Amino acid sequence: MPTGSELIKKAKERIVEVDPKDVHAAFAGGSANGTVLVDVREQQEFDQGHVPGAVHVPRGHLESRIEGAAPDKAERVIIYCASGNRSALAAKTLLDELGYSDAQSMTGGITLWKDRGYDVEVPRALNPEQRERYSRHLLVDEIGLEGQLKLLDAKVLLLGAGGLGSPAALYLAAAGVGTIGLVDNDVVDLSNLQRQVAHSNDRIGVPKVDSAEISIHEINPDVNVVKYPVRLDSSNIVEIIEGYDVIVDGLDNFPTRYLLNDASVRFKIPVVSASILGFDGQISVFAPYDGPCYRCLYPTPPPAELAPSCGANGVLGVLPGTMGLLEATEVVKLIVGAGDPLIGRLLLYEALSATFTELKVRRDPECPICSRDPSEISDEELGVFPDYEAFCAGAG
Amino acid sequence: MAITVKIPTQLRAVTGGESEVAVEEAATVGEVLDGLYERFENLRDRIAEDGDLRRFVNVYVDGEDIRFLDGLDTAVSDGDDVTILPAVAGG
Repeated sequence: MPTGSELIKKAKERIVEVDPKDVHAAFAGGSANGTVLVDVREQQEFDQGHVPGAVHVPRGHLESRIEGAAPDKAERVIIYCASGNRSALAAKTLLDELGYSDAQSMTGGITLWKDRGYDVEVPRALNPEQRERYSRHLLVDEIGLEGQLKLLDAKVLLLGAGGLGSPAALYLAAAGVGTIGLVDNDVVDLSNLQRQVAHSNDRIGVPKVDSAEISIHEINPDVNVVKYPVRLDSSNIVEIIEGYDVIVDGLDNFPTRYLLNDASVRFKIPVVSASILGFDGQISVFAPYDGPCYRCLYPTPPPAELAPSCGANGVLGVLPGTMGLLEATEVVKLIVGAGDPLIGRLLLYEALSATFTELKVRRDPECPICSRDPSEISDEELGVFPDYEAFCAGAG
Repeated sequence: MAITVKIPTQLRAVTGGESEVAVEEAATVGEVLDGLYERFENLRDRIAEDGDLRRFVNVYVDGEDIRFLDGLDTAVSDGDDVTILPAVAGG
């Protein structure tokens, strides 16, 4: 049997070694067409600094992950490690066992690269606990480290810490959303606990924002929770929503939904909006100027007798869970930029028949709000609709 | 074959609890609704006013809002799904 050093020597004879200066020339702009640069060192080594433009595939995961990093096996793949040994072995594996036609190893590894005075990129990294906590996100291509860092930087505002807000808050906290704002002026009531899972029996009578904060921190202590124990109205909405990346609408009344729509259009903040009644739920994403707004979908609210949300109404306890988590899913997609968000589409969920129906929502060219420039929308207009006074009087 | 109309929760009180109603022999959305009004006389007042739909009620034919088609004159054919949808605010 050969010794380890003999094996490395053989590998180096089998493959082509490339000098750091040639790699530097090829990657001068941070990337080179037709060549993939792969760092096969361990996570910790990569985090301490790597060649700009390199993708990270630890040697222990080479066989399972290289095809994701370098899908075209005919392309040149340059591999490096710390000193040029692990990369030589990895290049040999690519050539002999994985069918790559042009796998090379960088001589002297990143040590020689640094000695030559070339730039090293130190990535923003997760700490070891975060890497463990978010490991299942890091493993999916659509999120990965980049997406997780976006989640950690994100500020999401939840309007309502009730039926829809509870599951959304818990899962967004678990997913690592860095800042979660909670707007709710209510206290926890026994009748809430049939569905509002962010609260608990021993917190009856506690403000919902405080109760939800406890649950959020039990799941993920790193989340920065900003509490607004107020009722959202035209006097405070601008101050509260400004600076948030995404808003989750779990509001329980029409006037505030229209107010939110108008203010979010003005500040161009996307709103993930769901509503529930009985066994039925609706969800859509209103992305100002990219798609329709709430007023394009519903130009006016129904009168009080047809708006059962104003009075006592029943709802299947599980339903806000389903709808709140569809909202949380859309939030994560918006933040990391994955998939097709529910913009311009209204998804109806009917629990009793277990069916989803998708309806198209179009931008209304005559929309009183989003057909205009955001700078033209005045404070006085926010949340106003023709029979607002009568509506609110009827709603009690 | 017929046209299937989906009735939302808020309107089921006037359809005797029915969530899905089949309407035969209708060529337009207006005729579909007339067919419903014949069977459920209280429905008309809930969703229509002066011969037109009330502003807070959306009607879709196979997923398309009739406001962006031909309104009540929008053509329907056998097998189409018509959805009546008022806004909901519950959270």
